[in-house]
Amino acid sequence: MDFNDTPEEAEFRAEANAFLSQHLKPKTPGALRSVGREDFLERAKAWQKTKAEGGFAQITWPKEMGGRGGTVMQQVIWGQEEAKFDAPTGPFAIGLGMCVPTVIAFGSDEHKKRYVQKALMGEEIWCQLFSEPAAGSDVAGLKTKAVKDGDEWVINGQKVWTSGAHYSDYGILLVRTDPNVPKHKGLTMFIVDMKQKGVDVRPIHQASGGKEFNEVYFTDVRIPDSDRLGEPGMGWKVALVTLMNERLAVGGSPGPDWKEIMDYARSAGTLSDQAFRAKLADWYVAAQGYKLTKFRTQTALSRGETPGPENAIGKIINANHLQDICNSAIEMQDHFGLIVDKDEAPSDAIFQESFMWAPGLRIAGGTDEILKNIIAERVLGLPQDVRVDKDKTFAEMN
Amino acid sequence: MNFDFSDDQKFLRDEARKFLEAQCTTAHVREVLDDDSKSHNEGVWKQIVEMGWLGAAIPEEYGGLGLGMLELCVIAEELGRVLAPVPFGSSAYFFAEALKLAGSDEQKSQLLPKVADGSLIGCIAVSEGPGEIKAGTIATRLKDGVISGKKIPVTDGDIATHAIVLVKDGSGESLVIVDLNQSGVSREPVKTLEPTRSHATISFDGASAELLGEAGNGMALLDQINDRAAVLLAFEQLGGASRCLEMANDYAKERVAFGRAIGGNQAIKHKLADMYVKNEVARSNAYYGAWALSSDAAELPEAAAAARVAASEAYWFASKENIQTHGGMGFTWEVDCHLFYRRAKLLAVQAGSPAVWKEKLVSALEAKNG
Repeated sequence: MDFNDTPEEAEFRAEANAFLSQHLKPKTPGALRSVGREDFLERAKAWQKTKAEGGFAQITWPKEMGGRGGTVMQQVIWGQEEAKFDAPTGPFAIGLGMCVPTVIAFGSDEHKKRYVQKALMGEEIWCQLFSEPAAGSDVAGLKTKAVKDGDEWVINGQKVWTSGAHYSDYGILLVRTDPNVPKHKGLTMFIVDMKQKGVDVRPIHQASGGKEFNEVYFTDVRIPDSDRLGEPGMGWKVALVTLMNERLAVGGSPGPDWKEIMDYARSAGTLSDQAFRAKLADWYVAAQGYKLTKFRTQTALSRGETPGPENAIGKIINANHLQDICNSAIEMQDHFGLIVDKDEAPSDAIFQESFMWAPGLRIAGGTDEILKNIIAERVLGLPQDVRVDKDKTFAEMN
Repeated sequence: MNFDFSDDQKFLRDEARKFLEAQCTTAHVREVLDDDSKSHNEGVWKQIVEMGWLGAAIPEEYGGLGLGMLELCVIAEELGRVLAPVPFGSSAYFFAEALKLAGSDEQKSQLLPKVADGSLIGCIAVSEGPGEIKAGTIATRLKDGVISGKKIPVTDGDIATHAIVLVKDGSGESLVIVDLNQSGVSREPVKTLEPTRSHATISFDGASAELLGEAGNGMALLDQINDRAAVLLAFEQLGGASRCLEMANDYAKERVAFGRAIGGNQAIKHKLADMYVKNEVARSNAYYGAWALSSDAAELPEAAAAARVAASEAYWFASKENIQTHGGMGFTWEVDCHLFYRRAKLLAVQAGSPAVWKEKLVSALEAKNG
């Protein structure tokens, strides 16, 4: 039992670190989220290009696709090293992590020629258009429809929670092409040009106050049949491949943790409070539980094993943990804890900011409840939930 | 990254599990539960002794197998899974580890081989009354090489041959080793929540004792002993908590209510998922404790405390919700759920309650992040 890299892993880590040091500055403490800076997108594109030219973009992709042909473990190591630097990576995570792999898996040779290299070089950004107002956890119940018209399909409907839609060039779009079969069987996946007429991207004003996600309206948008990914009606299978490609969570906690609240308590003179100390112990145990469980996952990867659905626990632990810490920090600050002005609020208002962000974290990418269902069904083997729409057509249910 | 047990250690685990599932069933545990005159299951104990597990982490020069702490952790988890009704922990986690830590060469050569071959059963006698063990509160007294006072409860105190006893003396608190088979020692069984592990009141009246470690260093030494035992206890707790989840899961799949298995209801599914998450958090923290223990890392105090806090929480949750999942059946004497509920409580308060360990953890974090 140790925390050391194998010699091959150490060599790759050193190589990755040397490359990163050459191009980026180390992350400064306190700078938890640099998203939102005006030049963020330009910096992200430039960094993606640099990575691709250096052979560090898409570690696990085959070389003929412009990847490195490396292992999942190398991808994890790269992620760990990149996270130590002020690397603007956000805008490409979904496109390169989920959308483009779907194009590679289901697209034509022309699609691959047209899209893969440009995405890899940071020239084009992709988004993923699955969720809808009435189809979140149950995404297969989506309503946006496509009707065949000659060699084209005509799209009408609305997508929601689309990250980066406002700066994306292309998207992968899941729509209903046949309402007269059960919901999973009537879906089809397309590539969609986000800049074309009839695509209307509107920012969502989040409960946190920010506008990082979008809703996307499609009004008589025409997509050539040649931009279909997979056969008509096979969209759900294609979507599962997209979702399987979700990047392994390798980053640290997305907000303040036990150390930050302990530092705050010390500065506020409340570190000796017994009730606080008991909670601090629980937070440390949860944070360690999250971190060390990832070490166990990495160990499995390092041995060439494939981690299973048990990984769902990471997000459950992390999101609830963050919410709890922020809530406690604010209550410790008493009435003053309401203040969100960074010049006034303690710790640059990191607790207040994450307090409003945490509810979203418990929902995005699988709600707590869905993740618990996944653990119960796929890890513990408990029966699936009752699905009253299982044997009914989509039209019958809507 | 190699944050897992080795293949050899996993082989040991598999062998131990095979043996214990056959030879230490809950029927064996119930022999002790249902018979007040039984302090432990002798048949199970004999076989464990014969396999040499007591000496797994005792060096070969002292008669042990000389394997290591990771192997002892593996064994502890398996013993926890089957609720082994034997004084293994008292002898191997507390008594032997205390000797390895602070014993003189003579004490080690004299006593450790006997722990390893089972001819000596060790225990630790600390508690005297309700509440946390603190400096200045100990009444049992050492004077001129003999001790007087009363310890209650002492886990496995009625079957142990030797005890490490916390006493006060002129220089503060000290730890002493006492042979329990002498005229100045009397013992009475104490009824506890956990009858499958026996407990005693031990009264000392001029019993001869020898110092373990330096005089006056008792509290600091006890902390170190508890840090080591905490990791091993955490593995026992983890074993028990894992078993509770398996039991609840099996039952949820077979019990039918309202026309379907109750495990199809989200109230049950999410409860069991919560159990799974807590158990995994406990496992990860226990592994870190095992690493710290086996490598003599400076991180041992916080790693041990975190392992203990996580394991106590996981076992508490799993054992109470296992009963809940079983419904009325779970509240009967015949169904095994209550055995785990009882053992979970013993393991959570032995060597300090969760509140004590949380405070130890925060003190350690404070010291390192000043």
